[in-house]
Order: sequence, then C-alpha cells, then structure tokens
Amino acid sequence: MADIQPPAPRRVVIEPVSRVEGHGKVTLLLDDAGRVTQARLHIVEFRGFEKFITGRTFWEVPVLVQRLCGICPISHHLAAGKAVDMLVGARVLTPTADKVRRLAHLGQTLQSHALHFFHLSSPDLLLGFDAEVGQRNLLGVLAAHPEVARRGIALRAYGQEVLRLLTGKRVHGVLVVPGGINQALGAAARATLQQDIDQIVTWCQDSVTLARELYLRDEARNQAFGSFRSSFLGLTRADGALELYDGGLRARDADGQTIFDHVDPVEYTHYLREEVRSWTYLKFPYIASRGRDAGWYRVGPLARVNNADSITTPLAEAERVRFRGHGGAAPVWASLAYHWARMIEMLHCAEAIRELLGDAELGGSELVVKGERQGTGIGVIEAPRGTLFHHYEADDRGLITRCNLIVSTTSNNQAMNTAVERVAAQYFDGRAITEGLLNHIEVAIRAYDPCLSCATHALGQMPQQFSAVAPDGAVVDLVRRAADGTLTRPSPGAA
Amino acid sequence: MSAGGAGVVVLGCGNPSRGDDALGCELLQRLERLVADEALPVECVLGFQLQNEHALDIAGRQLVLFVDASVSAEAPFRFGPVAAQAERAPTTHALSPGGVLEVLERVQGQVAPPAFVLAVRGTAFELGEGLSPAAAANLEVAWQLLQQLVRSPSPAAWRAHAEAA
Repeated sequence: MADIQPPAPRRVVIEPVSRVEGHGKVTLLLDDAGRVTQARLHIVEFRGFEKFITGRTFWEVPVLVQRLCGICPISHHLAAGKAVDMLVGARVLTPTADKVRRLAHLGQTLQSHALHFFHLSSPDLLLGFDAEVGQRNLLGVLAAHPEVARRGIALRAYGQEVLRLLTGKRVHGVLVVPGGINQALGAAARATLQQDIDQIVTWCQDSVTLARELYLRDEARNQAFGSFRSSFLGLTRADGALELYDGGLRARDADGQTIFDHVDPVEYTHYLREEVRSWTYLKFPYIASRGRDAGWYRVGPLARVNNADSITTPLAEAERVRFRGHGGAAPVWASLAYHWARMIEMLHCAEAIRELLGDAELGGSELVVKGERQGTGIGVIEAPRGTLFHHYEADDRGLITRCNLIVSTTSNNQAMNTAVERVAAQYFDGRAITEGLLNHIEVAIRAYDPCLSCATHALGQMPQQFSAVAPDGAVVDLVRRAADGTLTRPSPGAA
Repeated sequence: MSAGGAGVVVLGCGNPSRGDDALGCELLQRLERLVADEALPVECVLGFQLQNEHALDIAGRQLVLFVDASVSAEAPFRFGPVAAQAERAPTTHALSPGGVLEVLERVQGQVAPPAFVLAVRGTAFELGEGLSPAAAANLEVAWQLLQQLVRSPSPAAWRAHAEAA
C-alpha cells in the first residue's frame, strides 16, 4: 500500500500586538477545504518567574510573585504566603491572620471579577459582539448604559479599598509574612468598609441579575458559543461548599461524576501532570488518571460554581441553585456562562465581606505563628480565574532551590484553545479573516481570561496584522487593523 | 460610594522600580509627611498608573493635582491646568489625567473640579535603577512648588503659579 501523507494544513495567524499582561497570537490550522481543524493560542511572552525566583530567599517570595500580575497580585501573594507558611512549619495560623487573609482574598476577587465583567466583557455583552470597536470599551458602556458602568467602577473601587486598607496599596501591597500577617484590621478601616458594604451587596445582586439576563436573552446562541464538554477542577470546603481560600481539590468530569475529591492540595503532583508543547510557553496541565488527551480540565468561576454543592452565603446560594438549573443534571458547559458564574461569586464575596467585617477577630493582636522549618512549601488558592498552585523547595539556608507555578491561565490553556477552535469553526468562512471573526475570538478568550483579553482587547485599538499562510509559506490573506479600527487588506506581498 | 473627605486630592503615579518613573512616588511620599505634619486638608493617592477608579477619588473635591514623571516636559517641570478629555483608546491599564476627568464627568454627570498637572522631567526609566542625577535635581525644584501649592489650595493661586511657571 502506498504511503499516503495527510494533506498539510493551511494556517491562519491572528497576532495581536503585545500588551502588558500577556502577549499572544492565534493560529488556525485548516484542512484543504478551509475548515478549522485546530486552534493554537500561542503565549509568546516568556516571563521566567520559576527560574529567577530560584536562588532567592523564601521570605522574599510572597512579594516577588505579586509582579506576575497587576490584576490579581494578592492571589499570588496569598498562594505564595501559604507555601511559605508550610516552609516555616506554620501549620495553623492564628484566627486573626486567617480571617484577615481571607478578607483580603475576598476583596481581591471582588475587584478582579468587577474588572473582568464590567471593564472588559460588558462592552461585548451589552453593545454586541460586532459593535464598533471604538465604542466597545468601558466608556462606550458609560455612554450607553451609564448606571451599569458606574456600578462596575464603584464595585472595583470597593475591592481595591479593601486591599488598600489591609495591604497599604491598591496594587502590590504587602500583607503576608511567613506564618501570618503584618497587620490586623484597625477599627477605623473596618468602619470605612462597613459604611458601603450594604450598597455593594445590593449592586452585586443587580450584577448577577444583569449577567443572567444577558445570558438568557439569547440562550441558544450563548449555550453554543465556544461551548464544549470538559472536566472541572477547583477547591471546595470539607462539606463540598464553594471555597476560595483553602480546602480540598475536587475534580468532576463533564457529566458531573467525581474524579477525585477532598484531595489535600499538597498532594497535587499525584493527581495532576503538566505537558510542554513546542509552540507555546504555556504548559498544558491534565488530570493524571485521565491521561494527556482526555485529562484536561477547566478552572475558574464556571468550574467552581459547577463543582460546589452549595455556597455558604444565602444570596449567592440562591443564585447558584438557579444557575445549576440551566445545566440539568450535568454541569453548565458554555464558555459564556463563565460571566454569570463570575457574578455569582462576586455576590458571594460581598456577602462574605459583610459577614467578616462583623468579626471581632479581624482586629486581634496574635498575628504570626512559628514552627519547624520544612524543605517543601505548597500553597494552593482559588484565584479569580481559577486554581493557583505555588510550589517551592528551599535549602537549609532558606534559599529557593526549585519553584513550580501552575497559574489559572495555564489550567485553562486547553480550554481556551478549544473555545477559539469552536468559535473559529463556526465563524471562519475558510477564505478571509473578517472583523466579525476577530471579534468573536476575542469574546471567547475574554470569557476565561482578562490577561489574554488585554492582549486581544488591543485589537482595534492598536495596529494589528492578521495573515493566512499556505503550506508553502505564501500569504493567501493579509488583514491589517489600524488604531481607529479600520481594516485594510494590502496585497499579500506587503506582509 | 462614600466621597473622599479632604477638599484637595493629589494623585501621584509611577513605578518606583523604574528609574525616573519614581518621581511621582517620591513627591507623594514627601507630601504625605508634610500633610501629616501640618494637618493640611489634602488627601494623597499613590498608584502605578491612573485608572478608571481614580475618578471616584476626585469626586466631590474642590481641587485636583496630578503628579507624574514626564519625558516630554521641559526641565525641571511643567505645571498647568488640565481639562477632561476622552481617551482615544481607553484601556483598563492607564488613563491620562484628562481621561480620568472625563470618566468622572460621565460617572457623576457634572463638570470635574479644577485640575492641574505637575509633570516632572525624567530622562532614564530603566528597571531597577534609582533616580538619575538630573531627575533628582528636578525633583527638588518641583518639591518647592508642590509645598507652595498645597499650602495655598485655591484654583486662582494655582493658576497664578501655572502662568508664572
């Protein structure tokens, strides 16, 4: 039998200009008929944190790792802090340290969810995926839906105020020290936060309603848009309730069946593996027992709300029940349902903040505990966009000898590739890169990650170039988008 | 949301780890000490970049000052009024002073308070570097002006300084 080679795929490359939070481009692999067979979301920015942390002292790490992200630095600060707690043998923190850290994490999640939904995603959802790019931003929302935008800004500002009062800064403050915290919540700061929290809870309720209505307004489209079956991973409490700061790892498959549950996060390497692929700096984690091809999973609000048996705060719990009703017996799979789940979590954060602000132990004086030094420290937390793993090894001098980070974006890597593939398969005509296609790909990525969304949000606001490349390297399509959003199609030779 | 208390807000921004970009941070830190020592009716807000949320820091104030490093200002600094102006490409990362005022006007539905910019000339913005000698000299001159501004917090007085600058 003759050796038949499969046809070489054509490639379509969508390459956003670099932005601060992450650089990326999308390549669509096509078959001879022009159908999308695979999407590759390349992360071409190498940040190298795991390398340059090596050799530093472990007590520096919680501060250093905040520079991983300007949107969720406190999540890295706390995850690294939990790992460093383990390194210093601080097994159980004081109630004050534990509660102050939890309050910081709730404030962090609230401000990040507000940013993700209102600043980055609501322009798509409220103004339309194909709205004029110059309007598809927060100021466009301010013009068309002023009250929505105002609340988004105010909600984020409140979360930032929680962080400022606890860490000294809205961004890149410091709270964690090995085995505890550097300050409790003072009476004046508590009063400041209590002043507005009832309003914040109300606005968060309104935000859930908005996200739900936007999803249900065109439910058939939204259920199908970038939708696929997958497993889900996240932390839960011992009773199965939603947990953002601590807890056990739970993985459920696409039908909602348990893969593993109540796994001590320090044992994560027995349950998860990471694969490296040559075309991206981002790794591909997977559930070991399911193997490399079938073991990938999703993390973040959709995973957490799907996985949780309940939410401890009543308003968010009522919304969770309503949300799960739309998945039937199975989890909700739709990528765009992330936004709805995100707003349910934001409501939970607001309720939990209100509850915590009434706790006298936030102002306690016992801030730090000590223990016996260990060589390994692992801290796992639910960051706004998903489960975040920080793993360090340290020598007797306290110098980091090994570091492994699995950030939320990494866990959602395959999911984002799949979402882009599904959207491209639906909206790419096999010949030309259209503005509509670009817009829809942006919307799919933004459902998962505002960091990459920042990169893709640059589409239309910064000069861009998109090209379709044949197997022989010839450019068969070339599109440039100018800063004002104008699309031009120069001759391929101009590439 | 609860509005800020002091009649004057000074928003400084910059990255203290990037050479002369620390000019705004350094001035704000000095100002915080001065405000505390002299009980001045001034609130200091320091950040890496100006964002939409800073509009809420300005809401309800009588006078606003933005302090930042600048690569385009002539040494030692440029001081002058700034008006609300829509950003050409609004992002979540960084707004201009005029962009923050524009957000405020849209959020509040009213004209922004009188606002000024103190842009201190910087020349070197390398990661991990301290202030360059030239920026350090500019800082001292700008600090003299900043003290005068917060001790005479009125639009007329600030406009007079702007015209004299």
